[in-house]
Amino acid sequence: MSITIKHISKSFKDVIALKDISFNVNEGELFGLIGPDGAGKTTLFRILTTLLIADEGTATVANYDVVKNYKDIRNHVGYMPGRFSLYQDLTVEENLTFFATIFGTTIEENYDLIKDIYVQIEPFKNRRAGDLSGGMKQKLALSCALIHKPKVLFLDEPTTGVDPVSRKEFWEMLKRLQQKGITILVSTPYMDEAALCDRIALIQNGKILQIDTPEEIVKHYPKAIYDVAASNMYELIISLNEYQYNHSVYPFGEFVHYTDKRDDFNPEGLLKYLEGKGLKNIVIQPTKTTIEDTFMELAK
Amino acid sequence: MKRFIGFITKEFYHIFRDTRSLFILFGMPIAQVMLFGFAITNEINNVNIAIFDKSKDATTQEIINKITASKYFSNKQFITNGAEIESVFKKGDIKAVLVFEKDFSEKLIKENKATVQIITDATDPNTANTVNNYVSSILQKYQQETNKNIKPVYQITPESRMVYNPELKSVFMFVPGVMTIILMLVSAMMTSISITREKELGTMEILLVSPIKPFQVIIGKVVPYIFLSIINAVVIVLLSIFIFKMPVQGSLILLGVQSVLFIINALSLGILISTISDTQQTAMMISLMGLMLPVILLSGFIFPISSMPVPLQIISHVIPAKWFIIILKGIMLKGVGITILWKETLILVAMTVFFIVLSIKKYKIRLE
Amino acid sequence: MKEKNVIQVKNLTKKFGDFTAVDNITFEVKQGEIFGFLGANGAGKTTAMKMLIGISKPTSGEANVADFDVYTNPEDIKKNIGYMSQKFALYDDLTVKENITFFGGIYGLSKSIIKQKSEALINELGLQEVANELVGSLPLGWKQKIAFSVALLHNPKVVFLDEPTGGVDPITRRQFWEMIYKNAHNGTTIFVTTHYMDEAEYCDRVSIMVDGKIEALDTPKNLKKQFNVENMNDVFLKLARG
Repeated sequence: MSITIKHISKSFKDVIALKDISFNVNEGELFGLIGPDGAGKTTLFRILTTLLIADEGTATVANYDVVKNYKDIRNHVGYMPGRFSLYQDLTVEENLTFFATIFGTTIEENYDLIKDIYVQIEPFKNRRAGDLSGGMKQKLALSCALIHKPKVLFLDEPTTGVDPVSRKEFWEMLKRLQQKGITILVSTPYMDEAALCDRIALIQNGKILQIDTPEEIVKHYPKAIYDVAASNMYELIISLNEYQYNHSVYPFGEFVHYTDKRDDFNPEGLLKYLEGKGLKNIVIQPTKTTIEDTFMELAK
Repeated sequence: MKRFIGFITKEFYHIFRDTRSLFILFGMPIAQVMLFGFAITNEINNVNIAIFDKSKDATTQEIINKITASKYFSNKQFITNGAEIESVFKKGDIKAVLVFEKDFSEKLIKENKATVQIITDATDPNTANTVNNYVSSILQKYQQETNKNIKPVYQITPESRMVYNPELKSVFMFVPGVMTIILMLVSAMMTSISITREKELGTMEILLVSPIKPFQVIIGKVVPYIFLSIINAVVIVLLSIFIFKMPVQGSLILLGVQSVLFIINALSLGILISTISDTQQTAMMISLMGLMLPVILLSGFIFPISSMPVPLQIISHVIPAKWFIIILKGIMLKGVGITILWKETLILVAMTVFFIVLSIKKYKIRLE
Repeated sequence: MKEKNVIQVKNLTKKFGDFTAVDNITFEVKQGEIFGFLGANGAGKTTAMKMLIGISKPTSGEANVADFDVYTNPEDIKKNIGYMSQKFALYDDLTVKENITFFGGIYGLSKSIIKQKSEALINELGLQEVANELVGSLPLGWKQKIAFSVALLHNPKVVFLDEPTGGVDPITRRQFWEMIYKNAHNGTTIFVTTHYMDEAEYCDRVSIMVDGKIEALDTPKNLKKQFNVENMNDVFLKLARG
């Protein structure tokens, strides 16, 4: 067991940041902590990386207790905090050298680990970190977190604010890292990234909503979801919200994900209702459940 | 060890790449020394005076010549009437009026005594005092020269001599004070800002979750500033010696050692400030308000401590700057050594150790 | 009536030295449209937006916003648009009411109108209980919704939203977009940039900037057909990766 978390709770003044959190992460797993801002992800990360002490509960990382053996943990984990936390006025190479030295190693020693990532920013190695684009900064931060070959990697929202292309590349890098045996705990607000993890924990307002593989989580969604579309999205949403049998109405791109209160739901009835409201080009079809649907249902 | 050196290297990069802090680090001290040295002065030069000569004889003429010939005074006008004295002061241009009594020469020869009244504008007491002294000393000199051939008459006149600084050159008073303030401000402020910057930017988080130990971080932050502050101290001393002709009577080596001691003291104070500040702004405010004001007011830099109310005198004992100024003045102006200054040195060492120990205790190894 | 152009951009360019941030872009936005302005970080989106909201002068080209020229009347533009960004929207150390009053004043609204709008806003968003709380103590989702409403206090013709839903939970995000739909329905033009590609689907039309140029401009449906993919995320990937 690479990370164990048992009944962790943490409050700040009157805000409950984490309430009775328990789960485990297996060695070599790519585990996602999925939830929006304010869910408690960063607080949990700080407790696991020994930066904060929980009010209640215990946790271990790589078999070290986060309170009693904090020094050992600090020697053996890689950590990428939420904001870009490298030195803006040092160059790419200087940042990397600094972190290598701090951890008692050199860039050459573990170069094979970061090679895939580093080659993308190597052309810019003499540029100040502050002058890099968002995607490049994340790659540099990841390299610095890996340079000492940590057993466990903590990445707190590494793709927030980064464009979709860079995000995709980042997750491809994570998958390759996982094959090298590193346990990775990632937090993200992007639900589509959840599907790329081995297992995920959905977290909202300090509580865990569900923990499982992405496929299982989606399977457990209780209702059938239908894609509904019409010529005017706004009027469609209003009409659906007024429909007496609706259970949930959520826009999802060009469709609305609709679920009905009734178990024996027949789309024909809905179609007639919408036509009666004057909507045109109505489409109603079953669709696959996504993690986001599940999250919203659990968070209600 | 390599870890430590890597850390110090990074600190040097930060310092030299931030042009603003470089400016404060080097530009400010030089600017301050020049400012204090040249612009603010207790000396007098070309002070405007007026002369009311009721006798108008050879003796008064000689004395008046001596006075106006000196660079200190500039005779702007002759007054002929007692009523003019007040109006002349009110105009503000004239700082002193010299009144020679009637029948000056006769009185001097017959009664061996003649009076010159020195009326000074004491709205600026410092200047008034100095004018008084200068005129008196010119008169003394004149008396000594002219009475050489006359039988000595026993006159017990108070003789005032300004020891170690006969011309009351203000530079001598200011340089030790300015040097102290600059070293203290730059060292304390720069270190405290450097550490809180890491907290503010979030890099402190990464440093904490790494093998580097707190004391390595603290010392790593301090070492570059020791070097830079020493350079500052050397520049200030050189400026004082060569531009302001300030003497250094005592041992230069002792001066160097004491300066390093004080620098370390100020740096450890900076570290202490950073343990209680979360942002750079707070650190800067505490450094400026909490350090600069008390130092300027209570260290004996400008205002003599002995003339302060007792509670403030007691407070001044805990201000490291006060002891360092005594040490500086001792070495530079009086030429004394460690045998005289051991008490002050010991106090500074004790304070430094105290700050360091307290800082290490208060250094947070977690975020809360 | 709804076909009027609220934003008109022709050959708009912005250079910084030899670096061309925005390279000759041309497009129009109609009244009441929800226009998605997409692109990777560093593609030139922010620079282009700054020119449209009147805080940056173009190097060359033409641009009109709300019938005002960006070169000659930037101040009029500022008075007639709303703006909200992820980085800054409201003052954390003022209460909800104080923020509304402050921004109402900035937009030149009279005291009575501010009062009226303030009540309406608070009621609509259900903020009665927290109206006198510091904004900094509210959850992010609420802040964003309030900020959006504040940007609309003075009934601007166009409102510019710069990544308005970053980090917000999925339910609140959708509530936010429902607010956007409602306002667009009432005639306000919405110009929005986002990194959530599913939000790109909510837009009437979308433009994608790559290296300073507009490489795609169409409805989401047509773009998906054009690139033969199922969602906007893949459109983006295909465009950016070439």
